[in-house]
Amino acid sequence: MDSQDLRQQVLVLYLSNSALDSRVVAWAMYDGTGKEDHMSGDSEEPPYQSGIAALRDGWRLFHVSPLQDHVSGDEFRTGYFKYEFLFEKLISNG
Amino acid sequence: MANLKKLTSLQMASFAANGYVRLDEVVPSELNERFIQAFQNGREESKDGQQEEIPAVPPGTPILEAYAKGTVLGDIMRLSEVRGAIESLVGAGSLVDHHFVHTLPPASLFKKNNRPQRSQHIHQDSTIDPRTSFDIQLFYYPQDVPREMGGTRFVPGTHLRIVSESAIARYQNIRGQEHITCQAGTIFFMHHGMWHGGGINHTEKYRYLYKLRLNPVIPQVKLWDTSDLDQTEDQFRPIFFVKEARRQNTVQDVLMRGHPWFEGDTGRIELIQRVKFWRRLLGDPSFDADYWVSRLECDPYQNGENTDY
Repeated sequence: MDSQDLRQQVLVLYLSNSALDSRVVAWAMYDGTGKEDHMSGDSEEPPYQSGIAALRDGWRLFHVSPLQDHVSGDEFRTGYFKYEFLFEKLISNG
Repeated sequence: MANLKKLTSLQMASFAANGYVRLDEVVPSELNERFIQAFQNGREESKDGQQEEIPAVPPGTPILEAYAKGTVLGDIMRLSEVRGAIESLVGAGSLVDHHFVHTLPPASLFKKNNRPQRSQHIHQDSTIDPRTSFDIQLFYYPQDVPREMGGTRFVPGTHLRIVSESAIARYQNIRGQEHITCQAGTIFFMHHGMWHGGGINHTEKYRYLYKLRLNPVIPQVKLWDTSDLDQTEDQFRPIFFVKEARRQNTVQDVLMRGHPWFEGDTGRIELIQRVKFWRRLLGDPSFDADYWVSRLECDPYQNGENTDY
C-alpha cells in the first residue's frame, strides 16, 4: 500500500499510573481520515478501560510520558495529568 | 448584615473538595426575565437610553458599587442567599474582576452560516495562578438549561491544580466531568481554578450564561456560618484497619472523598492539598484529615539540625 494513502488516527489515554494495564482517567481521539470528528466533552466513557486494552485492539503505542523526579519544595503541587500514552492506527484513505 | 444566608461548614467543605457550591433557582423568575431583557437591550442598535442594560464595570470596582441597588444585577447581588454565598467565600467588599455574558447561538444559525458547531476546549480561566487565596466565579443561568442546550462542562475537584489556561485542551474527556443542567435562576459559585468549557447548543434558543469573577480583599478565614463547625468536625479516625463505620457527612468525610479522575498517586496529593486549603479557611494550621499532613510533619529533625550526612 502506498504510504501516501495512509492516514493516522491518534488515541490519547491518560492512565491512573505509569503501567499500561492501569485504569483510564481521561482520553482524546483525533482522526486523520476525517471520518470521525471528536471534540471536548463528546463522551462520558473512555473507548478502552486501560492502555493494554487499546493495544489488544490494534493501537500502536508511540509515546509514553517519562517519569520525572520531584523538584525539591514542589513535591505536593498538582498540575497536568502525569501518565500520558499516545497510540496510533494507520488507516487506508482509499 | 443579619439577613445574609451564609454557607454552612459542610457546604464550605464541599467547596474545598469539589471547587463549587450550587444554589438552585436562587434568583426569582422576575429578575431572570429582567436580566435577559437588559442584556438584549444592550445589544439593540437603536437605544433610547431609558432601558435597563448590563453595565460595563471597570476592574477593581467593589461589588456593591458596581451594581447599584434597584438595577437587575444590583438586586441579584443583594439577594440574601447570593450575597451570603459571596461573602462566605470572598468576604464583604470583594472586587469585580470582570463580568461577561456568554451566549451560545441556536444550532440553525451555524447551519445558515455553514459553520460547524464545536465545543470549547477545556481550560482554566485567566493564567497560571499559584496564589493560596482564591477568586470565585459566579456562573448564573437566567433560563432553564436542559442537556441539549450545552451547559458548561466542568470537572469537579480540579480547582487546586496549577495549570496554564488552555494547556489542558488535549484532555477532551475526563472521568467525572459534568455538564451543567439547571432550572432558571441557578448560580454556581466556582473556585477560579475549576477546569471547564462551553458545550454545544442543539436547541433553537440562545443560551445565556452570565459570568462574574470576584477578588477577595480580606483574608478568607472563617467567613461562613461556622455555628455548625463543632458538630461537623471529627477527630482522627482509623484509616486502614477500621472496626466501626465512619461518621458520614463530617468535614473530614467530605474532604476525603475522591473523584473518578484521580490518578493513583496524585489523588493522594489532592487530599493533602484539600487539608491545606481547609487549614487556610479555618486559620488553623493544626487541622488534618486521615493523617495525611500530620505524617509529613512528623519530623524530629525539622528544627534546622543538619542531618545531611
